[in-house]
Amino acid sequence: MTSKSVTAKSLPSVRSRGPAVLGRLPVPLRILGYAGVAAVGLLYLMPFVIQLVTGFKTDPDAAAHPLGLIPITPTTAAYQRLFGLSQAGDGVPFLRWLGNSAFIAVVVTAGRVLFDSMAGYALARLRFPGRALLFGFILAVMAVPGIALLIPRFLVLNTFGIFDTYTGMILPLLVDAAGIFIMKQFFESIPREVEEAARVDGAGVFRIFWSVVLPMARPAVITLTILSFQGSWNEFTHFLVATQSSQYETLTTGLARLVSGGLGGGTQYPLKLAAALLSTLPVAVLFFCFQRYFVQDANAGAVK
Amino acid sequence: MSPRDTSPTVTGGSFRTADSPGAPDAPGGPGPAAAPRTGPAPRVGRRTEGAWGWLFVSPMVIVLGLFLVLPTLMALWVSLLHWNGQSNPFSGQAEFVGLDNYQALLTRDGLDRTLFATSLRNNFYYVLLTVPLQTVLALALALIVNQRMLRGRGALRTTFFFPSVTSSIAVSTIFLFLFQGSGAVNTLLSWIGVKGPNWFTDPRGILSLLLGGLGVVHPDRPSGILAGHSFMGLSWFEWLSGPSVAMCTIIVLSVWTTSGTFMLIFLAALQGIPRELEESAAIEGANRSQMLRHVTLPALRPVLFLVLTLGLIGTWQVFDQVYVMSQGAPGNTTLTPAFLSYSTAFGDADFGQGAAIAFLLLALILTMTGLQRYALRERTARPGRKQ
Repeated sequence: MTSKSVTAKSLPSVRSRGPAVLGRLPVPLRILGYAGVAAVGLLYLMPFVIQLVTGFKTDPDAAAHPLGLIPITPTTAAYQRLFGLSQAGDGVPFLRWLGNSAFIAVVVTAGRVLFDSMAGYALARLRFPGRALLFGFILAVMAVPGIALLIPRFLVLNTFGIFDTYTGMILPLLVDAAGIFIMKQFFESIPREVEEAARVDGAGVFRIFWSVVLPMARPAVITLTILSFQGSWNEFTHFLVATQSSQYETLTTGLARLVSGGLGGGTQYPLKLAAALLSTLPVAVLFFCFQRYFVQDANAGAVK
Repeated sequence: MSPRDTSPTVTGGSFRTADSPGAPDAPGGPGPAAAPRTGPAPRVGRRTEGAWGWLFVSPMVIVLGLFLVLPTLMALWVSLLHWNGQSNPFSGQAEFVGLDNYQALLTRDGLDRTLFATSLRNNFYYVLLTVPLQTVLALALALIVNQRMLRGRGALRTTFFFPSVTSSIAVSTIFLFLFQGSGAVNTLLSWIGVKGPNWFTDPRGILSLLLGGLGVVHPDRPSGILAGHSFMGLSWFEWLSGPSVAMCTIIVLSVWTTSGTFMLIFLAALQGIPRELEESAAIEGANRSQMLRHVTLPALRPVLFLVLTLGLIGTWQVFDQVYVMSQGAPGNTTLTPAFLSYSTAFGDADFGQGAAIAFLLLALILTMTGLQRYALRERTARPGRKQ
């Protein structure tokens, strides 16, 4: 059952199922139902709409008309400050945050995809002493709440002298237990005959992994790529304890400092909301392009 | 920190069987591949395969060992010290104090224990409200988007799930704006004639507000029995006053963000219910509510427990939202153990105490998870469970 959850093909098709055995509701009830559903949908959408609109408002306008969907005096002042175009010299180092986030997300994603696949393959297919023990270790790791690791991580980074460096930000995130688990499950669903055939043809272990099995695991690799990117892009607590100087601020830590009043006075909500919007944008685009892979993650945890 | 980070954790329930397909089978073991071998013998021997195996897992072993196992051991040591983060904690310069940090949190009168107890109380109310609300909401959303007759299900599913993929920091920023004193939420409330509170600066507990409104207790002068008794440095009244108004905004935010994730988990389970089951129930004349009660909900029971477990693990770790929205204010009513651990270590430079809080939190979460697992096992072992 568990391995089933990760394979793309065996996922329940989202379209075809659902109870249709009961007849249609009478029209008034149906209208009422649609109204209710639309209202709930609005509850989930409105915060983002308000965020988008407020980014183009002036500070007084945002304060006076928090619900107004049309800016009274539309302005791009917030965006100019974020991109350093402001003449007042009150810019926000947004491009640096963006650069750091992008750099870290790309490196972490590449590392996770490679290392998680390798470990997942070894745990699924290779025979070596200590394998069962290592798998138990992975499960134990997944049970450790991340929040308990804040101080410990800081201790290690400090001891190794990599506190407040890119190395310290990236290294601890390069491998994740959940990713290994996803890959292991997927590799187990690939028929063994494929590898046997390659082996008979004289391929070594690495070649089989790299040229035969990994290409077959494309759905899982895509899932892992997207989840790793989203995870490292949104990562906050690790960077909070792994860094100190502003040059290493990412979108999350920079935005958090901006929001808790670190950069100049006033409420500056248009600026904060514009920064929040821009920092969400890449993940949002990813989400709308690859929705089904996000869905898969939730299902991977669910199907038992 | 969010529940989705931990989602695969609980798949642990089925790990007993997970390994079987990949179990080391002897060369020429079962399966079609075991047909009489005519080709050349496999070039990879057991020894080289073992070496490759360790090579493949070495990045994982190094990273998880260095940044998970080692830190945990180091932190366990530090929790026994008075260490201010300056010198090397392993050189003997920091004073070894044994269990003093733990005693200060659990048994000794003082500010440390009061703060820890306060954070536990706050987080307890947060869990008590967030977990049921997000579970019920997620189930309702899943039932809605699972309706075949509903148009635009795909768009709705996207809408409900989208908050879950955005960063907690960005979402917290939006909610700060929405819940300001003269913000969108209070503007909406004023349309129906309600004067909304000043959400983020209101430390009053909602339970005491409620009881005060009914005239049962006076919020400012609680009656003798409630004020006269205390536990871990907090009076009974303080324990019983409920989550503060400020904490409620964080609860609303959490429910709003996580319901999408759990909706997807419920949805997957709903689509796994065999159609025949529903059809036969319909033929026997079951109506909508009977169908829900006697067919759908029983089939969802294992997933319900999964969602509750994930919710429990996630809610005891609330940190990001507290960091951005309140930093524990007002009046420490949004202080949580996770945030207290962080601020004690990095704010007050008391790393020993901070690490001790982290370990108590770890113990608490593992105990909760263990209890839930136990309950889960009891339930799933029931005969007649849908397979």
